[in-house]
Amino acid sequence: MLSGILLFNQKGENLIFRQFRNDCRPRLSDVFRIQVISNAQVRSPILTLGSTTFSHVKHENIYLVAITKSNANAALVFEFLYRLIALGRSYFGKFDEEAVKNNFVLIYELLDEILDFGYPQNTETDTLKMYITTEGVKSERAMEDSSRITMQATGALSWRRADVKYRKNEAFVDVIEDVNLLMSATGTVLKEDVTGQIIMRAYLSGVPECKFGLNDRLLLDDTGLSRPNGNKAGSKATRAAAGSVTLEDCQFHQCVKLGRFDTDRTISFIPPDGEFELMRYRATENVNLPFKVHVIVNEVGKTKVEYQIAVRANYGAKLFATNVVVKVPTPLNTATTHVRTSQGKAKYEPAENNIVWRIPRFTGQSEFVLSADAILTAMTNQKAWSRPPVSLNFSLLMFTSSGLLVRYLKVFEKSNYSSVKWVRYMTRAGSYEIRF
Amino acid sequence: MSGGGDAKFFARGKVAELRIELNSDKKDKNHVRKKIALKKIVANMTMSNNDMAALFPDVVQCMQIPHLEIKKMCFLFLVNYGRMKPELALQGLPILLSDIEDTNPLVRALALRTLSYIHVRQFVEATVSPLRIRLRDPDPYVRKTAAFCVAKLYDHDKELVEESGLINNLNGLLQDDNPTVVTSALAALLDIWERDGGNGGTKLVIDKANAGKFIQILPDCSEWGQTYILEALMSYVPQETSEASMMAERICPRLQHSNSAVVLTCIRVILYLMNYIASAQEISALCRKLSPPLVTLLAKGPEVQYLALRNALLILQRRPEVLRNDIRVFFCKYNDPIYVKVTKLELIFMLATEENIKEVLTELREYATEIDVHFVRKSVRAIGKLAIKIEPAARECIRTLLELVATKVSYIVQEATVVIRNIFRKYPNQYESIISTLCENLDSLDEPEAKAAMIWVIGQYADRIDNSDVLLDDFLYGWADEPVEVQLALLTATVKLFIQRPTKGQDLVPKVLKWATEETDNPDLRDRGYMYWRLLSSDPAAAKSIVMGEKPPITAETEKLDPATLEEMCLNVGTLATVYLKPVNQVFRVARPKKLEDSPALQKHLLPTVQAMAEMQAMISKQAATRPKVETTNEGDVSAAVDSADDYFASVPPGNMGIGGGVVGSNPFAGVMQSPSDLIENNYGGMGQPPANFTQNTQGDLILL
Repeated sequence: MLSGILLFNQKGENLIFRQFRNDCRPRLSDVFRIQVISNAQVRSPILTLGSTTFSHVKHENIYLVAITKSNANAALVFEFLYRLIALGRSYFGKFDEEAVKNNFVLIYELLDEILDFGYPQNTETDTLKMYITTEGVKSERAMEDSSRITMQATGALSWRRADVKYRKNEAFVDVIEDVNLLMSATGTVLKEDVTGQIIMRAYLSGVPECKFGLNDRLLLDDTGLSRPNGNKAGSKATRAAAGSVTLEDCQFHQCVKLGRFDTDRTISFIPPDGEFELMRYRATENVNLPFKVHVIVNEVGKTKVEYQIAVRANYGAKLFATNVVVKVPTPLNTATTHVRTSQGKAKYEPAENNIVWRIPRFTGQSEFVLSADAILTAMTNQKAWSRPPVSLNFSLLMFTSSGLLVRYLKVFEKSNYSSVKWVRYMTRAGSYEIRF
Repeated sequence: MSGGGDAKFFARGKVAELRIELNSDKKDKNHVRKKIALKKIVANMTMSNNDMAALFPDVVQCMQIPHLEIKKMCFLFLVNYGRMKPELALQGLPILLSDIEDTNPLVRALALRTLSYIHVRQFVEATVSPLRIRLRDPDPYVRKTAAFCVAKLYDHDKELVEESGLINNLNGLLQDDNPTVVTSALAALLDIWERDGGNGGTKLVIDKANAGKFIQILPDCSEWGQTYILEALMSYVPQETSEASMMAERICPRLQHSNSAVVLTCIRVILYLMNYIASAQEISALCRKLSPPLVTLLAKGPEVQYLALRNALLILQRRPEVLRNDIRVFFCKYNDPIYVKVTKLELIFMLATEENIKEVLTELREYATEIDVHFVRKSVRAIGKLAIKIEPAARECIRTLLELVATKVSYIVQEATVVIRNIFRKYPNQYESIISTLCENLDSLDEPEAKAAMIWVIGQYADRIDNSDVLLDDFLYGWADEPVEVQLALLTATVKLFIQRPTKGQDLVPKVLKWATEETDNPDLRDRGYMYWRLLSSDPAAAKSIVMGEKPPITAETEKLDPATLEEMCLNVGTLATVYLKPVNQVFRVARPKKLEDSPALQKHLLPTVQAMAEMQAMISKQAATRPKVETTNEGDVSAAVDSADDYFASVPPGNMGIGGGVVGSNPFAGVMQSPSDLIENNYGGMGQPPANFTQNTQGDLILL
């Protein structure tokens, strides 16, 4: 398992160095600095030198490095580093060099708690915050207080305290879908899929048992509730309600009873308090693409490139997408651009080699056009332009590309209180790319 | 600890100044000053070239202060420097030992954890007896800390732990009521076993009852605990095939976990169990279950994506049913990191079939115009390899390659030239029409591999390229500056030209042969030069049949693992070794090797190694049956082989070995031969010498021809 955890800033200064085993020596920090940070040739997140392996993740402006000896479980190493980032963000808001320097003592304390002999221990934020806090430890905790913490940290419900109380019991469910598209120059769809997340914010008292239902085709077929599979390319989330979706795969937060999902596809769980990611899923069938993009690019000799880009909103007229950003790549030797748009603003950003077209509000069923010329300077070394794809960013409320719908969320608690549940749908662009 | 604005303490300080600060007599309410001084010390411990060990006595003084935050910083100091100053560290020992008796379980655990980190003999010895008590502590948090503590002590002093019987206590914890304690004990035991390296007294036996219990508590464990249990299940050897399938069935739900360590380790266990499952139906059902979770890992961070892809490369070779229909998910996104892209490319190549080839080629064509040169080259190479792998698609692949050659980008043209050479080898006399396109780009070739490939094409098709002699002559112009790789290609190509078109080649051949034999230091080149020379001068017909003879077929050289490595890697899914796809002990010498344990349920006949062995035996017996036995020499007996070769060559009349005799009258060599023959005589003595001498190269190594 892990021999040590190191944090560096971009200059290669070692901010945190915590060893968990004797084989992790201080000079290893120099080795990493020289071999990875100052080495532009490095292309892999994993570097093995002799028997020592450095696995690193970059986040904001810091490097998080795990040192292992021998043939460690690499999935565990990276998953732990991701978890460390999540913890840092939850504790400090942002996990960057400044946050590390401002909280280095706390970070050492956290590391001592979440790794023992290099083995990851309880990494649940909720539990950790009970006894490792930014406000300073209440040194002399009452005895029963401590044993409550220890029970929590080792118990089967390590993610939830038992004594949560709310005057108003509420649960918010956010269905957030990232729709991925890869379209070829000829307009054929090479790849389309949806990766969805269901984020829950639970403000529920006691130890609530939740049951969560989706319009999952397998489930509906099983229970005989299914109507004919009529999920044709509908343009509204409500349309999909008529049908069901096929989830290619789902992954759940550790609070979900996986055994039950496996036998009868029921999603049942006792949620952590506050916000958490309940599940992730993937869907590849009947993906509703919110935007159709038509791209024409002509290279006129070696001095000019002409663009014609039309974007059409393919969802209901009552919906509107916000923050639509279309990035149109320009050749590296672009001198100036002339851009006209029928809506929104477009600007050439030389540093990014892009024309960035922003449309703050994009109503359903409408179509907007951008036409542009990029004037090129002559170059001595004329290298072919690699033509990166046009990419889109947007977010669209009350729409799911997969057609997924929350059918119910039931909360059972022994005090039998009533609770209010809210559901919100949003579709964002994952990697929405159109080649030309 | 107070959080927030600690950055001001994160500055380089001198030992002397920090000491004064730590020991200042000023009023220090709530130890605020001490705390600040300690924070500065902690910060300076991290900075390179700033040794704080000199502050040891002062820090030890602070440990007495009954303040948890200060204590934790002192402990950190102790862990960092204890080993360097053992005698000073000892002063901290009593404090730690009394903390172990504290009423607060968090303090007890902290003390125990700290104590066992310190690599000093007295600390290790002092830990043993309190540890024994803490393994039975009423608080589960202390028990799980104690469990890891045993593994830590084992790391410090193996013998001590083995004698103390702590391992037995640790085994006892496996029966604990608390799942976290059980998984901690399990992780500790696995750690001890792993580092024992197989020669110590520990043996890991997980019987059916144990395995059953572990699986039962699996849903109640933390995500990390689940990973430890799954890793432990790798040491369970199913005795019946029904056991294996039952177990696979029961751990399958873990594939839906959001933690990728749980998912990949679960995949590892299922792949392992499949070796013990007899029913082909069950196996293919399990295979179907493995694909979606693997693909879902591609939505994780790029590092885990990379890991998932590397493992997909592996799993695909062992269980081709997995991922069979998923080629599109491996198409690259423009912003994928390069290490992800390159691995995706390998997977695309492996998953390409006659059905999806069109789609694949369009995709690869796209990659071949990207920015990263290495990636572009790999894409071009993949197109060429596909032409070889999928015969019906060859024409389509070549068309794509020609499109790419038309871009005139130097490295694309060069890479394409190399793969087209391979295509010619695979499909001789089919696609010569493209030679002219290749010839248009001769000037852009500056890499040896590409040059050699082009020269090979010219030589091979010398009779069909009108100006082949001119082209070769152009290349020969720079002979002296070329690397050996190109020189060898030139030599062979010139000979081929001469054999196919004697009139065109007759000026070039003597020149090249002379260069190759006289003006080079390279033994390979010289040997090959002599060989051609003698061949041409002794028997042109034989020369033709040898030089222009049929070549053994080539296959797409995939990065297929050999069966033994494949088998081993499948037991290590998700580990670092799968990133390198090399045998574990080649990368990590000290790692404990894993192998499939035999049991009545093991499906031996389906293992890659066994199948490969069977194939080889079948081949040998087939050969033995068809080929009449000629050689009586003992196989593998080198000296016998040399002797028989000696006998053979001794019986050959000297004239045939040399240059003079047996030369056909019309041979243009007849006139030119004189001077080189002298050379041979001078170097090697008489013609009648046994050939064993002849093969002696400049380095004096004996090579058996």
